[in-house]
Amino acid sequence: MSDTFQLDGADVTFKPGQTVMQAALAAGHYVPHLCYHPEFKPHGSCKLCTVKINGRTAASCTMPAEAGLQVESNIEELNALRRTLVQMLFAEGNHFCPSCEKSGNCVLQALGYDLEVHTAGFRHLYPDRPVDASHPDILLDFNRCVLCELCVRASSEVDGKNVFALSGRGINKHLIVNSRSGLLVDTDIALTDKAMEVCPVGVILKKRVGFSVPIGARRYDQRPISAQALDDAPRSPDASGSCAVCEGSS
Amino acid sequence: MSRKLRIATTSLAGCFGCHMSFLDIDERILTLLDLVEFDRSPITDIKRCSPCDIGLIEGGICNAENVHVLYEFRKNCKLLIAIGSCAITGGLPAQRNHLDLGSCLTEVYLTEPGLAHGHIPNDPELPLPLDKVHPLHEVVKIDYFIPGCPPSGDAIWKFLTDLIAGKTPELGHGLIKYD
Repeated sequence: MSDTFQLDGADVTFKPGQTVMQAALAAGHYVPHLCYHPEFKPHGSCKLCTVKINGRTAASCTMPAEAGLQVESNIEELNALRRTLVQMLFAEGNHFCPSCEKSGNCVLQALGYDLEVHTAGFRHLYPDRPVDASHPDILLDFNRCVLCELCVRASSEVDGKNVFALSGRGINKHLIVNSRSGLLVDTDIALTDKAMEVCPVGVILKKRVGFSVPIGARRYDQRPISAQALDDAPRSPDASGSCAVCEGSS
Repeated sequence: MSRKLRIATTSLAGCFGCHMSFLDIDERILTLLDLVEFDRSPITDIKRCSPCDIGLIEGGICNAENVHVLYEFRKNCKLLIAIGSCAITGGLPAQRNHLDLGSCLTEVYLTEPGLAHGHIPNDPELPLPLDKVHPLHEVVKIDYFIPGCPPSGDAIWKFLTDLIAGKTPELGHGLIKYD
């Protein structure tokens, strides 16, 4: 028999083994997230999905669901925290949306839109991160990496190739390519790999298709990420949606 | 309202695209003129800012003159609004920030073909470039930000009319854009 917990005052039914995030999305409740992906093991690093459980903060993507939990998510205290996290990511990398071909399909940007982030606020670091254009069909633009490890997880868990890894600590942490030369051309990555699909920002790009869908007609130009994320999540057909944004605009 | 609000606008290290987008409010500018009057702005060609209610600044800070103009606006404007990607993130000009300024100038004026026998411009009337391009909020306090490259005329209209009506400006999906 399944159990329930409370999320922002609503009953959420969960199955044993589900996390708070999985149960919430399956029941049609959006919780903002960046490094969480329904097809991969939780990573728990971006902290965008932080919720308050019985008064204490926790990453909802790694927290196992339990009966009777009192979970708060869509409250100003947490949205302010999420806004700051997004701002820090924007200030830490080189995120020049007007010149990025991922604009409109970018999860970081879409989170910024949804959380009404108008400025990074902090002093921009403008790091020096050369691109890797060695591969004939794939460009790596490290300027936009948010260290979510989705490509690392996809390459290792699904593709069985371990093309990507994170190296270094703290502010020096960065994405690397696992080849002797350190260049993508010297790996066995293929365009059909799962690692090619999962980058939430504009790091891993297929060459020569960047603007085949025009700016303005892209994924998050259509509907906010809070609505799209619910479509992506595995859900039972009878689960009802509860996204105020998309219901209000339909 | 007993008196019209006074607005000043300028473009620093920008391309005037945000000003062009401002003009995309089209005939609504007539409604706006019932509520505001323009001080220093490319629209009026007034060269110095006097005390204003709202200052709209496009473009980031890339040279010494930009800093002086920004200080002039901050001193005179009750509310300062950064408009567009360059004012908010440094934008396109800031993409030189990981490069050495001297090597940029050498590359452009001395090394590149077509500028042989050239020299790095040094006319005293030219403002000195800063070693890095900065968004406005790194130099003075900015009260509001309208993102976009450029923000649409509709976004600028929504933001300004909310502000003039005394509400906290909100853009919402479709109007908030970073590209």
